[in-house]
Amino acid sequence: MTKSLSEKVIQIKPSGIRKFFDIVSEMKDAISLGVGEPDFDTPWHIREEGIYSLERGRTFYTSNAGLKELREEISNKVKRTRGVEYDPICEVLVTVGGSEAIDIGLRAIINEGDEVIIPTPSYVSYLPCAVLANAKPVIINLKAENEFRLTADELENAITDKTKALILPFPNNPTGAIMEKKDLEEIAKVIVKHDLYVLSDEIYSELTYKEKHFSIVSLDNMKERTILIDGFSKAYAMTGWRLGYALAPREIIKQMTKIHQFAIMCAPTTSQYAAISALKNGDSDIETMKNAYNQRRRFLIHSFKKMGLECFEPYGAFYVFPCIKEFNMTSEEFATRFLKEERVAAVPGNAFGESGEGYLRISYAYSMENLKVAIERLERFINKLRSEKA
Amino acid sequence: MREELLSILERNSRIPFDELAVLLGKSEEEVMNELNALEAEGVICGYHTLIDWEKTSLEKVNALIEVRVTPQRGQGFDKIAERIYNYPEVRAVYLISGGYDLLITLEEKSLKEISRFVTEKLSTLDSVLSTATHFILKKYKDHGTILDKKHADEREIITP
Repeated sequence: MTKSLSEKVIQIKPSGIRKFFDIVSEMKDAISLGVGEPDFDTPWHIREEGIYSLERGRTFYTSNAGLKELREEISNKVKRTRGVEYDPICEVLVTVGGSEAIDIGLRAIINEGDEVIIPTPSYVSYLPCAVLANAKPVIINLKAENEFRLTADELENAITDKTKALILPFPNNPTGAIMEKKDLEEIAKVIVKHDLYVLSDEIYSELTYKEKHFSIVSLDNMKERTILIDGFSKAYAMTGWRLGYALAPREIIKQMTKIHQFAIMCAPTTSQYAAISALKNGDSDIETMKNAYNQRRRFLIHSFKKMGLECFEPYGAFYVFPCIKEFNMTSEEFATRFLKEERVAAVPGNAFGESGEGYLRISYAYSMENLKVAIERLERFINKLRSEKA
Repeated sequence: MREELLSILERNSRIPFDELAVLLGKSEEEVMNELNALEAEGVICGYHTLIDWEKTSLEKVNALIEVRVTPQRGQGFDKIAERIYNYPEVRAVYLISGGYDLLITLEEKSLKEISRFVTEKLSTLDSVLSTATHFILKKYKDHGTILDKKHADEREIITP
């Protein structure tokens, strides 16, 4: 074949995580702190509902937007958690994970050359999705001194007359940062002033440890310009089911549904039936898992303090993001040595954007036993580094 | 913190104090005080170990016995329950709604001893009308713990 492949796709860098993954996968005995998914099994009543739907032979397509009952339950849940009403008929779209919603949400609002503001460190797919949607990504480097929250000043400074949308990734992967109501009120003023769209990725909304998650859609004048993204992966430990959803004004959902319809057809049917049970009967499951995460979070923060490792206290998701700048190495060097010398895998912070350089993402989606061993090794490792330096 | 403390201890009563304090985000002293209070109030009634006796060489036979009784005037079921639960081989006694009144769990060294308990001790009590004994053949799950299952982590080592 002599004809070249898509220039745009060729230009996209593979995920920084991938590179590290290749090193890790050669080490069979390594313990990992590197996953971005819950360690719990999907609660049994949800799995059972999936099994039942297969037994009943419900193996057909659903409507493009998703089962009506599921959309109704999603709408109920969002009303319950955000106090905002969405019409299940035309303002809710069931997607293949939150990831698809990010992709088609951007594609639905972007014209070539529009700028999309992406605060980083953040999830790895925003930037490539923006590029594939023909947007120009504009990066904001969030700061540790602000606990990796987005400030109104930072946003204001990133806005030009080409700015179309802001991606708002909170609670945040990889930092664990949250945005509280007072923070979002300031952001919303800037958004409204410049008449921007917001793509609010709230996939970790159920996992906050200070107060309940607050969504920007709950503020005045925001629903009309926001694509709210959430899903089942993190809240109900359902990553492999590939099920998420987007809520937005009907005009936006209409456009998103077209892309979804032609690219995907519909989200997996089995997953959709299982998800109905998750929404109807899953509140206590979330509570149980959240309590366990919170205990591990406290354990890690306490351990870092004890070993003198700098880390702000994160109140969301299941990540902590300690600073390793004192050791004068890059995140990748640190993570690679940590892996080779102590057999523990953690993701270098720069995999989530340049502003993650100097940090390490440590996931606490692991059992306490696992975390204890890992933390012991981390302590031994940094003591070694410190004595090398001295 | 009370409920959270209890739910941790229910799963692991051997957890050290300092660790318990960290998990709860409280000082060791606060945790100690709360724990003392819980014991004093009888909320915490004991600390036990979950053992799968099947894996040992010791023979143990467990039975569930349904008992229908005549409640006694002024004391309801309490008096007869007491007469039954005082036997050390009786592991649990519950008052049950529905077709029978008391559910007893019994642990003995052999089938014979269980049958002796039922025929000689239990059935002979005045207020006992009838009994139905069920032997436990296999324990799959006990006290919320699946007994024969080790959970391997099958996730990818690194995911975004």
